[in-house]
This record gives sequence, C-alpha cells and structure tokens, in this order.
Amino acid sequence: MRSLTPIFGFLRGLALIVLVVAVAACSRTPATGVGNLGPGGGAPGSQQEFLVSVGDRVFFETDSSSLTATAQDTLNKQAAWLNQYTNYRILIEGHADERGTREYNIALGARRASVVVNYLVSRGVQANRITSQSFGKERPVAICNDISCWSQNRRAVTVVQ
Amino acid sequence: MNLLTRRNALKLGLAGSALLATGSQALAQLQIIVEGANFQPLPIAIPDFASADPAFGAEIADIVRNNLRRSGLFVPLDPASLPSRVGDVQSTPDFATYRAANIDALVMGQVERGAQIQSSVRVWDTQQALQVVGRSYGTDAQAYRRVAHIISDAIYEALAGETGYFDSRVVYVSETGPKANRTKRLAIMDQDGANVQYITSGRSLVLTPRFSPTSQQLTYLNYESGNPQVYLLDLASGNQQRLGSFGQMSFAPRFSPDGRTVAFSVEQGGSTNIYALPIGASQPAQLTSGAAIDTGPSYSPDGSRIVFESDRGGNPQLYVMSASGGGAQRISYGQGSYSTPVWSPKGDNIAFTRMSGGQFQIGIMKPDGSGERVLVSSFHAEGPTWAPNGRVIMFFRDPGGDAGPQLHSVDIWGRNEQRIPTESFASDPAWSPLRT
Repeated sequence: MRSLTPIFGFLRGLALIVLVVAVAACSRTPATGVGNLGPGGGAPGSQQEFLVSVGDRVFFETDSSSLTATAQDTLNKQAAWLNQYTNYRILIEGHADERGTREYNIALGARRASVVVNYLVSRGVQANRITSQSFGKERPVAICNDISCWSQNRRAVTVVQ
Repeated sequence: MNLLTRRNALKLGLAGSALLATGSQALAQLQIIVEGANFQPLPIAIPDFASADPAFGAEIADIVRNNLRRSGLFVPLDPASLPSRVGDVQSTPDFATYRAANIDALVMGQVERGAQIQSSVRVWDTQQALQVVGRSYGTDAQAYRRVAHIISDAIYEALAGETGYFDSRVVYVSETGPKANRTKRLAIMDQDGANVQYITSGRSLVLTPRFSPTSQQLTYLNYESGNPQVYLLDLASGNQQRLGSFGQMSFAPRFSPDGRTVAFSVEQGGSTNIYALPIGASQPAQLTSGAAIDTGPSYSPDGSRIVFESDRGGNPQLYVMSASGGGAQRISYGQGSYSTPVWSPKGDNIAFTRMSGGQFQIGIMKPDGSGERVLVSSFHAEGPTWAPNGRVIMFFRDPGGDAGPQLHSVDIWGRNEQRIPTESFASDPAWSPLRT
C-alpha cells in the first residue's frame, strides 16, 4: 500500500491539471466574442477596459435571479464606468444553464436581465440607454457536464456598444 | 393462444389507461400491463407486397413492418420464414398452412406504381378464417410512403382497437454547429424519420414549433427581429409572419384546438404571463397576471381549459385554468419541479417534464393531477409531444457536454423506448394530427 502513495499523489496532481485545463478551455469559447481580448486593461473608456478591468458579467445561483454580493460589486463598478462613459449603448443579455427546460429558461434569462437593468438604473445609469434580451439556455459559454460549468452559464452579460 | 385472445389482450393493453379511471379491479389489470409481465406483442406475418416491381413491393411491406414493430404492439415475422414470400390479394390463403406455422395474423398486399400508386390490402385472422381488413387505396406517385403508413394505420386500428398514428408528421428543431452557437432550423419529417425537409434557413434562432390542428400552419419562436417573438408559418407557401410584437418578448406559442387562437407567454420587466390572441386580431387577452413566470400553455382538446407551468409558488409547477383565464388550480405535487405540460389529444392525460434529484423525467398524469407515472428518467429528457392517438410520446434526450439532443419515443406505459433517426441533432419535437 505504502509504495502506491506517490503514484496516487502523482495522479491527483495530474487530475488537478486536467481539471484546470478543462475549465479554462470551456470558459473561453471563441464564438461568444467575450473574454478573448488577451491581457492588458485596455485604454480608458474602451470596450476592452470595460471587459477586462470592470467585468462584463454577473453570475446567479441555480434557479435564482437574486444578485449575490459579488454580483452587486461588479454591477456597482459597471454603473460607475457607464456613468463616466455615456457614449455607449448597453445591452443586457440574460442566460440560463442547461439544467432546465427551454421555455422556462427563456423566461428565467429575461428575469435575470431585468434584475440587472433595474440595478444599473438604481445606480444612475439612464434607462433609455439600456435594452435587454434573453437567450435562455441557447448560448452557453461553458460546455461540460458538471456544476462548475453550469454556474458559468447562469449569467447576465453587459454588452457595451 | 388464439388470435381473439391475443387481439383482446392487445385491445385491453391499449385501453389500459382508460380503465384506470374505472376502479380498483381495472387498476389490477393495468398493473400487469404496465409491468409488462403479461403483455405479449402480436406476431404478424407480412409477406412482401405483390408488384410488377418486386423491389417496390418489398419496400412498401418493409415500411409497414417497421411501423408495426416500432409501435411495440406487434412482432412482424421474418419474411424469409413465411409460407409465401410474396402477398396475394386475389385468393383466400390456405389457413391450415399458416396455423401450422403458428401464424395468427396475416397481411396480404399488392401495390402498383404508375401515374398513381394503387394498393390493395387484406388482413386475415387465420384461426377464425376471417378477413379483418379489406381495403384499396390510391394516391399520387410521390406520396408512396403515405400509402404504407395508411395501410399500417388500418392494420393497427383493426387489431389493436385504437386509431393509428403512422400517417403523421413531426416538426422539430434541427441543431448543427458548435454548442455555444448552434444553428437551429425548423425541420419536418414523417413520424418514422423519412422525408426530412428544412423549412427555415438557420439565419435566425428559431425554437419550439407547434402544428395547427389542420397541420397547414406552424407557430414558433423566432429571434429574427431582435427580441424573440411568436411567428406563424404557412407550410404550403413557406410564408412566415410575426404574430405581433408583444412586451419585451413573446414565446411558448400553442394553437387552440379549433386553430383560431394562439396562446403564448409575454415577458415584460422580468414578469412572464400568458395571453391568447385570435389570429387576425391585434390585441391579445391577458389570461394570467403577477410577477411570476407563467409559460408553456397547452389547451385541453375541447378548448375549455389550459394547463401551464408557473413558479408562482416558488419553483415551476403545473396549473390548470379556464381557457379564458382565472381559477388556476395546481395539479403537480411530486418532488422537484414540473415543466412543459402537454394535454393529450384524447384529453385523458397531461404529459410533462419533471426535474427531480438531478435527473430529468418524462411523465404523465391525469388532468386533476392523479395517476402520475414516470415513463423515462435520465440525465436530460425534455419536451414531450403526443402521437395523434394519445398512446405514444416523443421527446428529446440530451447527453450533455459537446454532444447534442436526439429524438426518442416511448409508449404511455413506459415501454418500448426508441430513438427516432435524424441526420442532425434534434430537439423540440411536435407531432402532427393524423393527415387528411
């Protein structure tokens, strides 16, 4: 038994590396066009700065559209940035994970988008700059079969355009 | 075992769910059938159809055999093992030969293809030396598979005592490309997977198609104009038009049984309620109100009631209300949440998707919520739709990850699950009524 221990240790390390690679791979899906701008904060007031330094998305618990403390922090930063750079129009995309049915998830994505819209407006962002759209579970960013993945898909994304 | 016994057993099997309502004696009968202990599919002999083009005669017979086999109620015998390899509709069969081969049900067919398809079929009870079905059919040459489906329905109806469902079509969402950005198109096919036609281009995201009661129109969700809205599509012309522009978005459309009204969900400010719009009118009637998500409306076949899902009580559950709104009563009380209710065309059951314990299930219950039965349980199974005779359900399974959804069917006793072949990934099946 004892002689096996190093092998287990090695395997555990290997599994950890594989997991990290898998998560990194599925959280960077090129087709979505977000999160792919590479390192660097971007010029002040640029879309890249919003994406990299402010953070363009918030995440939700399963079946929930309540804003977590982390989500509120992100939205506070978004609101401050959006209030400084008023030339952008804002699209809020609401999304759900795949562990629900199609039509309900379309409604859930809309409810999440609506919560984010209301929060940004409460922080002074002009409502007439904002539109929203729900994609339900039709546009996942993370693709695998585990909870860490699904949690990345339960999101609202703020697109500045 | 003689044919009458087998035929009666078959009829009893099909009537099983109706018997459920009549009391405990019937329940015991149903129990046996559901567990499959006493259920015996009926062996049936179908020689190749006689034809001036023997390959064509064999093809027609194959379509019939495959339909009956997939129903789970029949076991078509190997044609090579039969006393006669090719059908003969002109003469009375030598019943003694078939009885000696333990063949109780025999289908003799003939088909000729000219400018038109002409086909005759006779179904024999060899024990009773009795003709059960004798019919002739004619149709245009392009629709030759339909002849085989119509014959299959005649056999099914005569031997199983229920209307068939083979001469019907299925509309679904064909899915291709990477999961993060799938191309989704509406596609239509025969119920057995043949004759696939793609009816939208894939340029815009489309979901959740449903047939009108005449099968001439579809209603579905389309993202074409930015925010998703309900559309109508005329199948003959291919014309698509937006039903209207309601709220932030409108989705989850279904026709009423008379085809004159579409019920759907409208989302505004995060709340989703159910509306109904007579086609041609501009102002929909609001049927539910409140901050909850109310969606997935499905009419009872008499048009008087609507079953829908709502998370007004916390998580999604099923409710039944009047078709004009009001009086909503919750009907689902099992563990987990319930979604996508669909009223059976016979009115006797409501099919649904249930999520419980990290699994997805396809199930049915009575319209009052009693008699709940899980038919399929898996990692992800969703979106039931009823065959026109209310005895088979189609739905989609998704294994998750990079793979995609595929269509399956199962009968209402949870038996005989089958994959329906499609050339791409496929989801959101909706079964048409029987064709006319």
